[in-house]
Amino acid sequence: MENRPLEYDYTVAKMFMFTTVLLGFVGMLIGVILAAELAFPGVNTILGGLGLNEFTNFSRLRPLHTDAVIFGFTLSGIWATWYYVGQRVLKVSMAESKVLMFLGKLHFWLYLIGVVAVVVSLFAGITTSKEYAEFEWPIDIAIVVVWVLWGLGIFGLIGIRRERSLYISVWYYIASFLGIAMLYLFNNMEIPTMLATSPAGETGIGAWYHSISMYSGTNDALVQWWYGHNAVAFGFTVPIVAMIYYFLPKESGQAVYSYKLSLLSFWGLMFVYLWAGGHHLLFSTVPDWMQTMGSVFSVVLILPSWGSAINMLLTMKGEWQQVATSPLIKFMILASTFYMFSTLEGPIQAIKSVNAIAHFTDWIIGHVHDGVLGWVGFMIMSALFHMAPRVFKRELYSKSLMAAQFWIQTLGVVLYFTSMWIAGITQGMMWRAHDEYGNLAYSFIDTVTALHPYYTIRAVGGALYLVGFLMFAWNIYKTMTAGRRVEESELQNASPMAA
Amino acid sequence: MFHWLEKHPFFFAVGVFLVIAFAGLVEILPNFAQAAQPVVGTKPYTVLEMAGREVYIKNSCNACHSQLIRPFKAETDRYGHYSLSGEYAYDRPFLWGSKRTGPDLHRVGNYRTTDWHENHMKDPAGVVPGSVMPAYAWMFTNLADIDTAYADQLTNAQFFSVPYNKPVPMKDGSTVTVKMANSVAEANAMALAEAKAITADMKDKDVQDMVAAGKIPEIVALIAYLNCLK
Repeated sequence: MENRPLEYDYTVAKMFMFTTVLLGFVGMLIGVILAAELAFPGVNTILGGLGLNEFTNFSRLRPLHTDAVIFGFTLSGIWATWYYVGQRVLKVSMAESKVLMFLGKLHFWLYLIGVVAVVVSLFAGITTSKEYAEFEWPIDIAIVVVWVLWGLGIFGLIGIRRERSLYISVWYYIASFLGIAMLYLFNNMEIPTMLATSPAGETGIGAWYHSISMYSGTNDALVQWWYGHNAVAFGFTVPIVAMIYYFLPKESGQAVYSYKLSLLSFWGLMFVYLWAGGHHLLFSTVPDWMQTMGSVFSVVLILPSWGSAINMLLTMKGEWQQVATSPLIKFMILASTFYMFSTLEGPIQAIKSVNAIAHFTDWIIGHVHDGVLGWVGFMIMSALFHMAPRVFKRELYSKSLMAAQFWIQTLGVVLYFTSMWIAGITQGMMWRAHDEYGNLAYSFIDTVTALHPYYTIRAVGGALYLVGFLMFAWNIYKTMTAGRRVEESELQNASPMAA
Repeated sequence: MFHWLEKHPFFFAVGVFLVIAFAGLVEILPNFAQAAQPVVGTKPYTVLEMAGREVYIKNSCNACHSQLIRPFKAETDRYGHYSLSGEYAYDRPFLWGSKRTGPDLHRVGNYRTTDWHENHMKDPAGVVPGSVMPAYAWMFTNLADIDTAYADQLTNAQFFSVPYNKPVPMKDGSTVTVKMANSVAEANAMALAEAKAITADMKDKDVQDMVAAGKIPEIVALIAYLNCLK
């Protein structure tokens, strides 16, 4: 008994793999619809015949898109990988603790209920308006419970671990847990309006789920972007770095290039990231010194970001032929490259003079998407590709499908960000152009109609990425149902895949 | 030290927390009290304006429209005086937005009128050819939630001391008192009186009939809100 290798229990990981694929599809589909609506506004009323204009309208769908990809696709991906990686690096199985298993399942089911509540409420227009924190207080409370359950899962598993030392990925998962907990709590401080009493003595007036923010105006903006920017940090960066630190060395069979570099990057990232939120508020009404801090720390942020990315690239030292032979390694290397790219672009946009042009334009949208499509999306899909053979004990269904997916999606991302760069810079320059008499050169609508070709290209890019995602979903589904069964011995490093 | 931390998860977590919490404390706290102060000329929202603000939020208008005029010549030429911190003192939540798919709206009340908004919300491309903004036809039939707007006002007054029923200073040296109702019924009556003043400038027969019958469609509340943005 004692000599057998540990067997891990992937029940909860499988559940979250399912929602990763499902919510990824939903979020990206809504994204493509939104892109089409900007290029061709007629799409807004596509279900008008059914009287559903209110629910297919750009403004109603937009928060659904952002929240479905952040809190649906990405969070599910983070949790699917945590319930997989956590056990393996701590050398302990979920099956060893009935309590942890129960908490894990509860975590999943409450999360699913939360997702349904979010979808219903956002379609109904029940929102606080704060980006990525649109949920009203009853859902916020549910989210806190789900989050605490994850925390209990993390520290519970750590509590019964066999491996004393925490692997790098675990540092990042812990940081995600703590970071989001702090940010989410403070940004969502709100007062339910039903607590107010009218002078006539009436209570519980109006919608019971409605609330108003505890902060007003400039303070609300400051707290929101301290949250908003760092939700990106602890949702789109930190846990994704956790993934690449596990999956790239594992899949390639290479040791992490440098422990010291990972230390520097981790603690550097933790310290620097939180300061950078101010770059969302340049030239706003927050004090100038805060704006400057946001700007300066954004540039400093290049160091820890590139530290992790370079550490990953150098992990491939001497084994670069794997990039040519394995589509799975291709995905991860491109993810890490997009991470470098995106973390260079962000600081450039945070420089005040650049931000004066970039802010409020599509260049920002382009930046977000080269990060999330190229880095987050590719890394989560790679993780699931690596996990699938181990979780289902089957060979990956098709290597050629994976390779085709890689190129289609890469093309999609490139079309997306290049069109948005051009759109953003064009619009930013047109807004500020004056003629020789000092009058504004363009009316606002001129700067909108000029974007039509770029909006069209972006919609095509987004659609390509969605097609690739469907190929991914199909590949995983076929792996699950029709892949050749494999033995434990085939699952050491490179994932087995059929041609 | 790092090796030790990696073997002691509790202290590791405490360390991470301290390192990440530090920035927020230094950046957010020092200016907090000052940033909450209104500038002269800033009034609390009336009940219909508040209801309109909720319509604005419900439809995520802030996804495409900013309410933040930056201190550049190109922006002040286009939108008016650059925004001041104190102008937002009664905004819970703030509605600065982060993307200008459409123009800024912080001072839209200075240069757009009730009938312009009416036509534009019904058919944006008919008013502004080439516009990518969708129509908001349902706002002409859905009813505004006056009760919740009243609860908003009460919450603002009771939890955050927003000066309803108190004189607030204006730029010309005068004072203005924004009245808040004593009961739900009175709030609805006040909203209706405001709504009638708006519909006097509107053409839509159905909207006028609804208001005459004591019902307030979302569009009327939204226009009241947009008109007060100055």
